[in-house]
Amino acid sequence: MIAVFMETRDGKIKKSSLEALSEAKRRAAELGGQAVAVLVGSGVEGLGSGSFAAGADGVYVLDSPALADYSAQGYALALAEWAAEARPAAVLFAATAMGRDLAPRVAARLGVGLVSDCTGVAVMNGKLEFTRPIYAGKAVLTCSLRSSPQLATLRPNVFPLGEAVPGAGEVVRKDVVVPDGAVKGRVTEVLKEESCEIDVTEAEVIVSGGRGLKGPENFALLRELAALFPRSAVGASRSAVDSGWIGHQHQVGQTGKTVSPSLYFAVGVSGAIQHLAGMSSSKVIVAVNKDPEAPIFKVADYGIVGDLFQVVPLLAQELKKALAE
Amino acid sequence: MNILVFIKRVPDTESKIRIRHETKAIVEEGLNFVISPYDEFAIEEALRLREAHGGVVRVVSAGKDESVAVLRKSLAMGADEAFLIKDAAPETYDGLRTARMIARAVERKFPGTDLLLFGKQSVGADNSQVPAMVAELLGLPQATVVTKLEVAHGAATACREIEGGAEKVALSLPAVVSAQKGLNEPRYETLKGIMAAKKKDIPVVTLEELGFGADDLAPQVEITGLDVPAARQSGKVLQGDPADTARELVALLRNEAKVV
Repeated sequence: MIAVFMETRDGKIKKSSLEALSEAKRRAAELGGQAVAVLVGSGVEGLGSGSFAAGADGVYVLDSPALADYSAQGYALALAEWAAEARPAAVLFAATAMGRDLAPRVAARLGVGLVSDCTGVAVMNGKLEFTRPIYAGKAVLTCSLRSSPQLATLRPNVFPLGEAVPGAGEVVRKDVVVPDGAVKGRVTEVLKEESCEIDVTEAEVIVSGGRGLKGPENFALLRELAALFPRSAVGASRSAVDSGWIGHQHQVGQTGKTVSPSLYFAVGVSGAIQHLAGMSSSKVIVAVNKDPEAPIFKVADYGIVGDLFQVVPLLAQELKKALAE
Repeated sequence: MNILVFIKRVPDTESKIRIRHETKAIVEEGLNFVISPYDEFAIEEALRLREAHGGVVRVVSAGKDESVAVLRKSLAMGADEAFLIKDAAPETYDGLRTARMIARAVERKFPGTDLLLFGKQSVGADNSQVPAMVAELLGLPQATVVTKLEVAHGAATACREIEGGAEKVALSLPAVVSAQKGLNEPRYETLKGIMAAKKKDIPVVTLEELGFGADDLAPQVEITGLDVPAARQSGKVLQGDPADTARELVALLRNEAKVV
């Protein structure tokens, strides 16, 4: 049995958790076992149906009023207790802010190893074999775990969603006892970024800007281009971030975020080794740069040599036409 | 306030990574090693907290003898004391192994610590595991990937980065906090700091002292392969009239790449 922790935000299961569940389903089929979804919270049974639609063979709900708000300590306690009893072969998490916060605590509580931010999962000798980029993508590690259950976090946007299946099953609810004083830290407030943009790690299309943009005001050009696509975000090179043109949460590359969107636009980005490491796993890369020798063209599938201030608005215009058709 | 900062020695981010396939390890010769960049934010935050609240900043690194160089740099930045947990093992990519060493060291060597600061991940292994694992092993609360930290009266409030925003986490101390870029602007060492750091002793803590036997720290991660990713082929580069190139590019994205 492969279990997947289903992360919820604003009363909805996150897409990256459904991706992890889809992958669990595929690997469980290979291993001849089941894929189950595990929800943690207070009164979240209603979210079980979404997990069945994504292919879960079973849904477990770990419930306690003390788990209404996310806390790494409370959630880890619930999940580790469940895993010790249910004995799944593996527990997978999406490598999101919450998954990265929570999975190590669960691993430490169970005394088992964890593989972070996987981009591939295979079955080898009855166990899972994980592939993950290290050095922000400058190298690729494959590994397995000697300990059980096998714990891993899976990078968002990499694993395809399975087809929705009509199906329902039993939701098994388990009441969790969270002892008084066991949770010494908790989330008190969630602050949304005003722009409402989605995070670069979750975006399917990223439009990134670098020093070639010459100033913060010119990121507007990129926002216009990005706005043409659903699930898009604006990214940036380190030099643009360090110049104070845009917040560091937009930075792509080593000391920023590693991303794998379907389409990546690098606009006025020269292509420093740190940036290339963070975006080279994008499916299609488009570069716009006035310097034909810029290293970014070495990794780009398509490039335009030209003045971005001329090219980008024209590109937006053409894309708008194409997308409207 | 008693603050512990944990740092790691890593190749700088300019490094081109090469692999030694027979040992499934990266080639270290010729690389320039530095304090992992996120760890510098942790050191800086510790120094600022000391300036505001008083106390002691101790910096700890687990690793080979060579890690003394990054510990000395942290002393030059202004840390009061530095310690090396001597671990001669090659990189295991196993966060729990490191977390167990650190948690044991905190219990045995550094009782009375109020705050444990880490970088959000080491640049290299990119695990983001050790801070939360240490917190769990010690039964402490945590805030990871933190861009703002306030400490007062035995409690802390941290802002941690999440997708499309931030969340505020309230923690009682002692607690574990891992630093994200944006938390602060790390200071440079001063000449005076460098001179003073040279004279300081960096005590070594052995794994035996921490009560670990030869097999106690066997890694749970089994490395089956290590390679560099396949190089991307450079594609079609268009030059000429901006309107023509834009039109041509969109046609390619639509008909060839099929992403539009």
